Amino acid sequence: MTASAQRIGVGPALEVDALVKRFGDLTAVDRVSLKVRAGECLGLLGPNGAGKSTLIRSMVGRVIQDSGRVMVMGKAAGSTEARMALGWVPQELSIYPRISCRENLGSFGRYYGLKGHALKEAIAWCLHWAALEEKQNEVAKTLSGGMKRRLNMAAGMMHRPKVVLFDEPTVGVDPQSRNRIFEMIEALRDAGTAIVYTTHYMEEAERLCDRIAIIDHGRIIAEGTKEELVEGTFGRRSQVLARFAGGKDEIEAWAQRHGGRVTQETAEFTIEQAGEIAPLLEDATKAGLELEDLSLRRPNLESVFLHLTGRELRD
Amino acid sequence: MIWNVARTALIALRRDRGAMVLSFVLPLAFFTIFAVIFGKENNSTPKVTLIVVDQDKSEGSESLVRALEQDGSLWVHRTPVTQKGVPTGPEYTAATAEAAVKAGDAPVALIIPAGFGQHPIAFGPDSGGSTLELLNDQSDTIAPQIVVGLLQKAAITSMPSAMADEGMKYADKYVGGFTPAQKAKMHEDLDALRKEEASGKIGVGSRRSGSGTDSADAGIIAVNARAVVGETKKSPMISFYAAAIGVMFLLFTASGSAGALLDEAESGTLERVLSTRVTMTKLMAGKLVFNTLLAFVQLVAMFLWGWAVFKLDFFSHLPGFAVMGICTAFAVAAFGMLLASLCHTRAQLGALSTLVILIMSSIGGSMFPRFLMPESMQKAGLLTINAWAIDGFTKVFWRDLPVTALWPQVSVLLGIGVVLFVVARRIARRWECA
Repeated sequence: MTASAQRIGVGPALEVDALVKRFGDLTAVDRVSLKVRAGECLGLLGPNGAGKSTLIRSMVGRVIQDSGRVMVMGKAAGSTEARMALGWVPQELSIYPRISCRENLGSFGRYYGLKGHALKEAIAWCLHWAALEEKQNEVAKTLSGGMKRRLNMAAGMMHRPKVVLFDEPTVGVDPQSRNRIFEMIEALRDAGTAIVYTTHYMEEAERLCDRIAIIDHGRIIAEGTKEELVEGTFGRRSQVLARFAGGKDEIEAWAQRHGGRVTQETAEFTIEQAGEIAPLLEDATKAGLELEDLSLRRPNLESVFLHLTGRELRD
Repeated sequence: MIWNVARTALIALRRDRGAMVLSFVLPLAFFTIFAVIFGKENNSTPKVTLIVVDQDKSEGSESLVRALEQDGSLWVHRTPVTQKGVPTGPEYTAATAEAAVKAGDAPVALIIPAGFGQHPIAFGPDSGGSTLELLNDQSDTIAPQIVVGLLQKAAITSMPSAMADEGMKYADKYVGGFTPAQKAKMHEDLDALRKEEASGKIGVGSRRSGSGTDSADAGIIAVNARAVVGETKKSPMISFYAAAIGVMFLLFTASGSAGALLDEAESGTLERVLSTRVTMTKLMAGKLVFNTLLAFVQLVAMFLWGWAVFKLDFFSHLPGFAVMGICTAFAVAAFGMLLASLCHTRAQLGALSTLVILIMSSIGGSMFPRFLMPESMQKAGLLTINAWAIDGFTKVFWRDLPVTALWPQVSVLLGIGVVLFVVARRIARRWECA
């Protein structure tokens, strides 16, 4: 039994079932179903405008869905019980800039109904978890970017939720602080917290997430472990990426003749044998295309994302 | 290049609605308000409410009162009236008239003493004419002067026979005496004159003044003016200005403080807070409580400053101050919440609050006393928080009225606060679930 299999629970801590949310003519979330179990980290990847934020806000209970349901620990999202079981770390720095770290945590703790000894304990735990003990009396706006991010995360942990939603928590953070944030999230996950993690950084998803769901145009277009996604998308085939100098129409015509496609000025093919490369290049030369760059690689999560959405993850 | 810089600034101005409002709408609004209050084209000096107590009930006193009643510059009340001017209750007495002035029902009361008709006017200080008593409220320094002037005019126009009679007495005394035949002729003419007065052919109604701006020197009717409100005040207008200026700045502070809601909405903190156990109603109520306390503390600071520097009698009016302070603070806090909920950005809030607060303050009496304003504008002022708050503080600090007398102001301010908060809460639904 793997380490991840040992820590992941059985029943879903968070369950999204056939969720639909429309804004006028735009369907922001289109029949999305997801499950996240205790101790599991689900990565939610998607290009900008794919529907990630609306999906996250639905989980928080901040969106009135058109159909479907979201359950947090068996309770409808938005209910008091669900709110108390859920922690939310928004992408924006949603803290009070003019008060100290300790006062920020105290405020959010009280908003969750904590008081007295329980409140003090929660503040102490969060300061320790976010490594902000030495900065606890400093005003939030004077902290470094990484510290503000950690405080932003800690504010969502005051009530020790069983399900936590992290919305791009490492935006604008230096590598050292990012590593610290990874450790914080791993500690939570290992302690049995169910986590939904959205990011634009593939390496973060690969490091932290047990499963990954790719969302585009409001729909989940792929879901599984990294290996399952690569296997399901590419099988045992490898990727050939080629860049040419020449007319755009000629490059696209050439790519289509060989079952490939052009994405962001790069022609992409999948092959089973290395020997398939030579005929491709021969035909390109005949079409008058001048090769600039060629690479052969085993597909990874980035390849899956690009293949499925036609866009880079950071677009 | 200079033109390019100017062009860019022009484009930026066109996009900035707040700046446009402050640049054009606010000056026009202020110009209009000041023109209505002080402009000549309005031609309507505010009427003075005058309570008249006729203890004489003679033909002469009745003539005088009728002359005052028909003057376009006065509202003359012999009995208490409702807001629509319908008389209620018995005629005023000297005591009830004084109480009415103290209560602020009228700035001036005129007591015509018994025996006035026997000797209504006098051409000199030693001639022994009757002396009328004028009871006035020191907070309105203009009304008594207007009434004294109009009183002299009314005497001249309403009582020609009395003037002639008095004139002949002077002539008889200082010229050397009239013969019996001359006296008989004069009495005959005076009787005829009195008949014409009684018939209305001369005197009252024959020369009515609509402007009320002409004044008469004191002289033919002796008037003893007595301040019944504010006569013992060390610093007569300090309490008025503490309330008037205080409320205006409270409104600015409250709208600025309520703007924190916009900051939190913009930063995402508001949405995060709403994901906890805090509901929108609780959140707004919490901010209302804070803004109310902030405004109250500001008022305390302002009145304490008035006490320390201007000898304002603060500590003997604490109960009334506390009641009015809390109600005013509550109303301005709710007003700030409403403005904040109406706006989408801090910039919008800044422009809107400046516009609304300055207009409210000007017509509500924070910049100049409302009794200087035309009747219609005085009524419009009642739509503002400023007017009710100033009236309430005036009752406490100027008229020394008990807390129970504050019920109209308390009711209105609390009502305004509740209504504004409910409206703000409804508008704030846009920050709730999408």
